[in-house]
This record gives sequence, C-alpha cells and structure tokens, in this order.
Amino acid sequence: MKKTQKGTFRRILRYLKPYSGYLVLTIFLAIVTVALTLAVPYFVGLAIDCIVGAGEVDYARLGDLFLLIGGSVAATALAQWLMSLCNNKIAYHVLADVRRDAFRKIRTLPLRYLDSRAYGELASVVITDAEQFSDGLLLGFTQLFTGVMTIVGTLGIMLVMRWQIALVVFCITPLSLFAAKFIASRTYSMFRKQSQTRAEQTAFIDEMVGNLKVVKAYTHEDENEEQFSEINERLRKCSLRAIFFSSTTNPVTRFVNSVVYAAVALVGAFTVIATGGVFSVGNLTTFLSYANQYTKPFNEITEVITEFQNALACAARIFALIEEEDQVSDAGNAELGRAEGNVSLRNVAFSYSPDRPLIENLNAEACAGKRIAIVGPTGCGKTTVINLLMRFYDVDGGSICVDGKDIRTLTRHSLRENYGMVLQETWLKKATVRENLCMGMPDATEEEMIAAAKAAHAHSFIKRLPQGYDTVIGDEGSLSQGQKQLLCIARIMLCHPPMLILDEATSSIDTRTEVKVQDAFAKLMQGRTCFIVAHRLSTIRTADLILVMNAGKIVEQGTHEELLAKGGFYAQLYHAQFEAV
Amino acid sequence: MKHLFSCLKPYRKEAILAPLFKLLEASLELIVPLVVAAIVDVGIAQGDTGYIVKMGLLLVAFGIVGLAFSLTAQFFAARAAVGASARLRDLVFGKLQSLSFSQIDSLGTSTMITRMTSDVNQVQTGVNMTLRLFLRSPFIVFGAMVMAFVVDVQAALVFLAVIPLLAVVVFAVMAACMPLYRKVQERLDKVYLSTRENLAGVRVIRAFCKEESEGKQFEERNGDLCRSQKKVGRIAALTNPLTYVLINAAVIVLVYVGALRVDGGALQQGDVIALYGYLSQILIELIKLANLIVTMTKAVSCEKRLEKVLEMEGEPSVLLEEEAAPEGADPEEEIRFEHVGLTYEGAGAPSLTDIDFTVRKGETIGVIGGTGSGKTSLVHLIPRFYAATEGSVRFRGRDVRGIPAEELREKVAVVLQKAVLFKGSIRSNLLWGNPGATDEELLAAAETAQASDVLAVKGGLDGEVAQEGKNLSGGQRQRLTIARALVRKPEILILDDSASALDYATDARLRKALKHTGSTVFIVSQRTASILHADKIVVLDDGRAVGIGTHEELLKSCEVYREIYRSQFKEEDRA
Repeated sequence: MKKTQKGTFRRILRYLKPYSGYLVLTIFLAIVTVALTLAVPYFVGLAIDCIVGAGEVDYARLGDLFLLIGGSVAATALAQWLMSLCNNKIAYHVLADVRRDAFRKIRTLPLRYLDSRAYGELASVVITDAEQFSDGLLLGFTQLFTGVMTIVGTLGIMLVMRWQIALVVFCITPLSLFAAKFIASRTYSMFRKQSQTRAEQTAFIDEMVGNLKVVKAYTHEDENEEQFSEINERLRKCSLRAIFFSSTTNPVTRFVNSVVYAAVALVGAFTVIATGGVFSVGNLTTFLSYANQYTKPFNEITEVITEFQNALACAARIFALIEEEDQVSDAGNAELGRAEGNVSLRNVAFSYSPDRPLIENLNAEACAGKRIAIVGPTGCGKTTVINLLMRFYDVDGGSICVDGKDIRTLTRHSLRENYGMVLQETWLKKATVRENLCMGMPDATEEEMIAAAKAAHAHSFIKRLPQGYDTVIGDEGSLSQGQKQLLCIARIMLCHPPMLILDEATSSIDTRTEVKVQDAFAKLMQGRTCFIVAHRLSTIRTADLILVMNAGKIVEQGTHEELLAKGGFYAQLYHAQFEAV
Repeated sequence: MKHLFSCLKPYRKEAILAPLFKLLEASLELIVPLVVAAIVDVGIAQGDTGYIVKMGLLLVAFGIVGLAFSLTAQFFAARAAVGASARLRDLVFGKLQSLSFSQIDSLGTSTMITRMTSDVNQVQTGVNMTLRLFLRSPFIVFGAMVMAFVVDVQAALVFLAVIPLLAVVVFAVMAACMPLYRKVQERLDKVYLSTRENLAGVRVIRAFCKEESEGKQFEERNGDLCRSQKKVGRIAALTNPLTYVLINAAVIVLVYVGALRVDGGALQQGDVIALYGYLSQILIELIKLANLIVTMTKAVSCEKRLEKVLEMEGEPSVLLEEEAAPEGADPEEEIRFEHVGLTYEGAGAPSLTDIDFTVRKGETIGVIGGTGSGKTSLVHLIPRFYAATEGSVRFRGRDVRGIPAEELREKVAVVLQKAVLFKGSIRSNLLWGNPGATDEELLAAAETAQASDVLAVKGGLDGEVAQEGKNLSGGQRQRLTIARALVRKPEILILDDSASALDYATDARLRKALKHTGSTVFIVSQRTASILHADKIVVLDDGRAVGIGTHEELLKSCEVYREIYRSQFKEEDRA
C-alpha cells in the first residue's frame, strides 16, 4: 500500500517536471505571500500602539506605518494573484497531459483489455478521476503549502515576540488536530456505508428507470416503489449520520480556536500589565490576530489531506490505465499493400480465457474473390473468427495468412485497410452524415459519396433528414437500427476494399430492402474475398464455401447443395426454417 | 421551489431551528471583540487582574455555548436536508414511474437517471449549506457593521463604504465566471464524448485506421478545455487579492479615523482594536458567502430541472370514461382495430394510418413489414402504451382508452424488442409476470418458452441474473423474457420481434409450444418463416396495412408480401 503510494508520487512528479519552473515560482510566491500576510497584523499592532489616548497620538509614525501596510498589502495581492495563475497553469496542464496520455493509451490497448471492461468505467477514469486528481493537486498546492507556511511563520514570529504566549498557543492547538483526526476516522466508515448504499440505489435506478417501459408493461410500479423507498430510507439514515458527524469537525475546531483566542487574550493582558507596557496593547492585538490566522490553516489542512488522499487514489487508477501493457507492437513489420485476397487459417487456436478453450484446430482456406459464409448457433465462435481475421485479437496457436504472409508479420494498419467491415453492432460517430460516410475515404468526392449512399439505399432517407448529408447524427440519435446499418454499409461501399467482412450486416434491415442492398453488395463483392456471418440462411445460400461452426470448431464445410445433401448439422439448421407448426 | 418546500414541510421544525441556532452562535462571535476591548480598556488600563480573568473565562464560556449551539444547528440542518431530499427522491421516482411511454421517449433515459442521482444530491448539499450558512454570513456582515456603529458612529461609516464595495467585487467576479463555467462544462462534455466514442467504437475506428485522426481531435478538444479552464481560473483568482486589498484599505482608513477620534478623546484604544476585529470577521464571512452562493446557484438549477419532471402530468389510468362491454358483443371477438391512426407527439407524419381488422379469441396474428413500417407501433396500441390518435382499438368491445391501465396490462403481456432482465435470480425475474406463481408454474412457462436449457445451464430458478441480465446471451435473455410473459398466463401475448436472436429450430419449437397455451398471440417479425402459419397476417408498409389475410391469400393478393417472401425463400426451396 505504502509502496504503491510512493510509486504514484513518483509518477506525479514526472508529470510535474515540465512545469518545474512554475513550481519554483509558485513556491517563491507562496513564501512572499505568507511573509507579507504575517507582516500586516504586526504593522497594524504597531499602528495601534501609536494611538494611546487623547492627545497621545503619533501621527508621523502612523503615516509611515500606513505606507508600509499599503505597500505590503499591494505586494501580497499581486503575489497571491500570480501564484493562483501559476497553480492554475500547473494543475490544468497536468490534467490535460494526463488525459492526453490516457487517451493515447486507449488507442494502443489490446481489445482483450477493452472488451473486458465496461467502457463507462474507463471513460470515468479519463474524465472524473483525472479531474479529481487535478483538483486535489491544485488544492494541495494552494492550501497545503501556504497553510504549513503560515503555521510555521506565525509560530516563529510569536516565539520571537513573546515566547511565553507562543508556548500557550502551541500547547492548545494540537487539540484541534486531535479532534479533527478523531472525527475523520469515525466518519470514514460512515461515508463508506453511505457511498455503498448510494451505489446500490443508483444501480437500482439505472436498471428500473433505464427499462421503465418493461416496468410499465408488467405493472410493476408498486413493487418498485416499495423497494425504492426501502433503499431510500436506508440511505437517508446513513447519510444523516455521515453528514452530521463530518459536519461536527468545524464547530469543534472552531471551539478550540476560541479557547486559544481566550488564552492569548488572558495571558497577553497579564503580560501587558506585568511588563508595564513593554509588551504593548498593540502587540496584544497582533497576537490575537495571529491566533486567528494560526488556527485557520489547521482546519484547511485536515480538509486538504482528505482531498489529497482521494486525489492520490484517483491518480493511481489513471496511472494503472496509462501503464497498462500495449498491444504487441507492429513497428518494423511489413506493409501488406493491396492484397489479392487469399486468406488461409491453419490450425488456429484461440480462447478468451485460458480455462475455457473456444476455438481449436480451425482450418479453412479462402481463395481470392470467393465468398465464405460462417454459420452456426449463437455463441459458437463466429464473431471470434472475425476478431482474429481483423487482428483485433491475436491467435493463441496456428496462424492466419493473407496472400501467404502471416498477419502477425504485417502492420495492423496495412492489414485492416484491406478489409471493409460491417458489424451487427452499428457504430456511428457524433458527426455529420457526410463525415460518417467518408470515414474510410476522407477525400471522396460528393458524387462518389452520393453514389455509395444510393447503392446502400440510404440516399432517400438521408435526403429526408433535416439537413440532408450535413445532419449531425450520433450513436444514440434518432436513426433506427436499420437506417444506421444502411449508413455503415454505405461507408464501406465508398472504400472498395479488396476483402469484406459482413457480420450480421443486414440483420436490422427489412428483407425487401435487404434484397436490394444485397444486389449492391453482390456488385461490390465481385472479385473480392468476402466473409459473411448471418442468421438468415437465405443470405448465405449463394456463398462459394460455407463453414458450419459449432462449439468453436468447424463441423462441416462445403457449398449449400453439398451440405444439404449431406444431411448433417447444416441441413438440420436449414430445415428448421420450413418446419410446419 | 414549490415541491422542495413541500418536501421540507415535515422538517419545518428543523428548518427553522437550524438557522436560529446558527444565529445564536454568530451573535456570540459578534460580542467577542467587545470583550477584548473591555479587557484592554478596563482590565489593562486599570490593572484589574480579576476583571481580566473574568473576561477570559467569559470568552471560554462563549466558546462552549457556541459549540453547543452550532452542533445543534448542524444536526437539524443535516436532518432537514437529508430528509427532504429523500422525500424528493421518492417523489421523483414515483413520478417517473407514472409517465406515459411518449413522455419517457421525450425525456430520455440518461436524463431521468441524472435527475434521480446527481441533481437530487446537489439539492441536498444546497439545502444543507443554505440552512447552515445563508442566514449566518449576512447576519455576521451586517451584525459586525451594527456593532461597529455601537462602538462609534463615525468610524463605522468606513464599514458602510467598504461592505457594498466588497459585495460588488465578489458578485462581479462571480457574474463574470458563471458563463465561463458553462463553457468549461460544454467543452468537458466534448472531451467526454470523444473518450466514450473511442471506447464504444473502438472496432470501427481501428478497422478504418482512424486512431490518428481521432487522437488529433481529442487533443484539440482537450486543449480547448484546458484553455477555457485557465481563462476562468484567471478571473476567479482575482477574488481573494481584491477583497484582501479592499479590507486592508479599510483597515488603514479605520485606524486613521480611530486615531483622530482617540486623539479627540471620543474613543479608547480598545475600541479601535474591536473595530479592527469586526473588519476581519467580515472578510472571512464574505469568502464563505461567495462559496455558498456558487453552491446555491448549482442547487437551484438542479432543483429547477427536478421541478420540470415533477410538474409533468403522469399517465392517467383511463383516457376516456370507463365503459362496460357493449351488449350483444361477439364473445369470440378479442381485439378490433377500427380505422386506427397514430401520430407520435411532435412527429410530422402519421406512423399508422387507417388500420382496420379484427382478431378472434385464440388466434395467432402475424405482423410483418419493413424497417420503420409501424409494426411495433401497431402492437403497442393494444396494451395502450401509446393511445390511438384516430379511430379506436377495442378489447372485447371496450375501447382500450377506457380500460384502466392496470387492468388492461394484467391481461395483455408484451415481450418487448429489447430483452431486459433485472438483477436477482431467474425466479425473481419470472415472478414479475405474476408474484403469486408457484415454482411449477414458473418451470412450465420456461418449458413453453424453450428456456429449460437456460435454467439447466444457469442453475435453475435460483440461478443468478446480473444487472440487465448481462450474464446471459441475447438468445437466453429473449427466451427468459418470453417465459416471464407466459407466467402471467395472459389472454393476449405479444411477441415484438422477440425471437430474433433464436436460431430457426428453436424459433420453430417455440411457436409450436405457444400454440398450446390458448392465448391470443401477436407475433411481430421480419422473418416470413415465423409468421407463415399464423391465422391472419397483417402486412404493413409505411404505416398502412397493405394486406391482411392468410399466407396463401396474401401470396396471391399482396405484392409487398410476395416481395418479402421471395426475398427470404427462393422459388426452388418451396418444397
């Protein structure tokens, strides 16, 4: 635990390094600010000593002191402002740098890592954790440092001015630290309970409000309300405890402050009398003002330390992401160029987790320009084959070759540029229709783009969108699943890659439109190697080769006719379609 | 604010006592400088040690009483804030559950969830801080001023000048920052969008080799965010130096005026110290107040958003006057669509036009058509998820708009397109259909829904189901959702493309089993095979019923149906 914290600190320092100039400057400015802030009450004390009573006012000295006060105040204000600017610069730039690195990492992480995590969770590392880390950093700089400086500075001056009174202050203040620490340790478990209960409630809300239509379809509202109220009541109770107990810190430390204040007033007043005015009333004023200033940072520091601990925890999560292992580098690998389209899979073995083998000893040969269909029941590994072809995942054993070259010896970019891919899970960028269509070919002309959209039968509905091709669409927007799929198809139609991968590419499109889109695909597929995954057997009937998969293995291979004649697994699947009810 | 106040009502006592105790504590704080002045002017001036000790103890006593007051205040404030926000959350949850489908559509899920969580939390913090500080800070500022007047009217004029100036500075900085904060938020949203997109779309982005350009876009957005954060920071950083300068300028003037007054014999040295003490208090409180106002503006805008939800009219139980089944209705007639039209709220064109057909008890109805042809809209009219905007849908002769929603949905079970299960066990999920069902009934429903093998794999009825059923495959979820509907033993069962993830063999077995349940079944599908054997098939095209009849009739009479059929079955396969 301690060791990892040390590591986190080292990494934070690495991010701070480019801003070390600002760091030095901000430390210098903090010293100046604290020194001047401490000087002002001292000068005010001196000024008050110039006002002893009627006819006993030293105006000349008063004037000098006013100049001193004015000067130091102006200098303090300037130093304070500059210090804030430096701190802002450091905190926000470090934030931006951390985010940039985290994002770069996302680009090079293996899909195995990304697939195994909810992307909301990763996004919250990049956004929320980074933010909390930088907030903690900023707060740490501005308050922790000046706070400690103020405490040390005040104590020093008080010791010099009158060490007896300083000693009194010194003895009482630790009380407030003890109190704060005591309360913090007690409230920690209450806060944990609160956040657990809150997480439980959020999960419930997420599930029920997210699927409100199901709830209403089953008239499950009353049961939900009951369950919600139960969680809500529990949350209320533990929130109350957490919030109340944590809010006692302030009154308690304030109480200690007032004791310190009273003690200074008491001892100070005696000293004034005892020393016959050598320790003056003005000195007492200064002391009282210091007593106030001195205790305030204690409260802040306890707050900052909690913040800082949270910031460290967040930083640790970000660094864990940033230091995650990259996908195998393909630097120095050969470029594929434009492929012929001969793909062969030899003895391929693969599994997502070692204890559950999925694909074993898979062999298949796809010659250039042929159409290969992959069929089989849900979960048999069809989509996994696509993951391997695109090198989203690397094979555990055996090899996949394109034009006789093992794809692990090629750069990922040059391999993927040779594939056009349409997946069942459509994904569109939040951008205009145009930007989405031209994703694979940013320099396409208007004519080419419209031709592709027409081929995919998307042109007519795009034209009906509010701003046509310039309408901003997104992953969540108002397009239907079928329309999104048509856009994804148009996107591919524009690039003319030598090989195609269609994974349930037309599953959400109605069959009439599909027939038309298929015609366009047929044109596109001419002379291209094409891998098709589909449930609809009708779409794969014309394939040159059908790979029938079951439980990670290819159980049958052949053309539609051959397989039907064989009367095996494929025939069984196919006939289910026509079985009379 | 109406709803927030009504939620605070049961905590009226707390909401009044909390600020009251805060004020009492603040009053004590205001007296402290006077006590110090007395120590200087009486105790030190006359060398009266007894008096000094008495005053010192008085200060400690103030501290103790103040502690008691503020603890009481914190407790009441926390109780009122936590209690009121719990009520608010209950209220909003209840309201959300009462919304109609079109209201759910227009609000959107993610909005509803943020309302329930972060908005309510912000309100809670806002109420808590307001009860604690909102009265206290202004009270101290004005109290300090009043006390200054008590000490000396002329010197107090300095306070009168500096307080408005301070207020202007604090508010001007805040006013300048608010719109900039909004901009920061917008830019942060963009950075968030980039991040999410690159995670959700990672396959497509890598397939198109777009990592570089996506990265560039992210870095641009990231840089924009950083710049606007720094801009806000520059302005916000002005608050402290400016207020510091103002207060200390006031200190100089105060000491000078004090000097003149003391010189003239109107004031004593201790009074000047007291006045100085009051100025320091004002500075501290103003900074607190500025922070409080930021918290409050946030809370108010969150409360406004909640208010909007709470003011929505929930879905009424009946839309028309309840009507009894008409005399002499055909007892075998289950559902009748009478020239039904549906136009969604805010939509330009109708989604359904002039749909007219009847369904008899126990029949199986197939609904087929292209993407966006209105299949789902049509079946959603039956349980009145949406109400027909033209014509009427009748269930055993009664207009469904006149049947209470609970009664109607008790009889009609819909399996929605998106197969969703809830965290718990398979049993707890199936019991949604009917809380009183026995295990035998649950197992029988699972059997009919072809889900027995899911139960076998997942550990029977006690098998665990993760949130939204994420630990099950699409096909497994679909079968369990069908089982859930069957547990209800519905009179009408609607399957809205609910078997799409099933392979053909399972799909066929499912249809065979459903036939034996005796329910009237609606099957919405894109697969001709799924509806081929239905008693009646409704063919939809662009919201119109272009053909109604059996498979054979439609093949003869309906061009659209023929096209759909041909697209799935080539001539030679029709054996």
